[in-house]
Amino acid sequence: MKARIKVMLKNGVLDPQGKAIEGALGSLGFDGVASVRQGKLFEVELAEKDPSKARAALDEMSKKLLANTVIENYAIEFDEK
Amino acid sequence: MKSAVIVFPGSNRERDMLYALEKITGEKPLPVWHTETELPKVDLVVLPGGFSYGDYLRTGAIAARAAIMDDVRKKADQGVHVLGVCNGFQILCEAGLLPGVLVRNNHLKFVCKHVKLEVANASTDFTNKYNKGDVWRCPVAHGDGNYFTDAETLARIEGEGRVVFRYAEGTNPNGSLNDIAGIINDRGNVMGLMPHPENEIEPLNGGAEGRNLFESVLEAVA
Repeated sequence: MKARIKVMLKNGVLDPQGKAIEGALGSLGFDGVASVRQGKLFEVELAEKDPSKARAALDEMSKKLLANTVIENYAIEFDEK
Repeated sequence: MKSAVIVFPGSNRERDMLYALEKITGEKPLPVWHTETELPKVDLVVLPGGFSYGDYLRTGAIAARAAIMDDVRKKADQGVHVLGVCNGFQILCEAGLLPGVLVRNNHLKFVCKHVKLEVANASTDFTNKYNKGDVWRCPVAHGDGNYFTDAETLARIEGEGRVVFRYAEGTNPNGSLNDIAGIINDRGNVMGLMPHPENEIEPLNGGAEGRNLFESVLEAVA
């Protein structure tokens, strides 16, 4: 089973990398970019076949390592079959 | 005083720390590799500076889950003193031994220079040799030293006097909230700071006021 975990900084947490990218887009002439936030995407392949067990495991992985919940939110998605 | 310095893949300030500890305590500190599961019997455990695991994922994130960290947590619970410097501070935050997190410097650049540090709390086991309000010169070298936490936690640690060091005289090098350079846990035996007191211990360094930090612990555990 394949899953994707998207990790993004919470609203209100300063994202200096996103800001720098936003500035670079502006200097390339892309007008109208209101804001850019940078995040992380993890693709995880699991042996587990049961979706609810897989979700529970991914949730645990996200909390324990993939995201730091002081500053980040995470969202788990499964690949379409 | 017996001390141990934990070495992770990518640590690079462990030698400075071993040198400073031996010089100040008069006893050879014990280096401990991160795959060990038990610390030797010591009074002080130090997590040194560096770039453990190349700062992959988040600074300190992977080192915080190393095998030795279970025993660091256990020893901290038993009251053993734990000090994290720079990457060590980042690891202690990621391990949940200290609140908050160190994020990318607000200007995105690595900083390697001297700052002014103000002693915000001189009644801890790590600062009893200073006076409250003392300002001293100390080097910093980091890309992720910007202390961040939620408003509630910030108010709590400020209220409880757990901010131990602040950047003074406009020298905040990273955008850290409330100019925070170092904090301590609620029990008062785990401290982390971004600057490098181990590099300010003798006249050759241009100043020796970092010594007081180690001498404070020496006195506290005597």
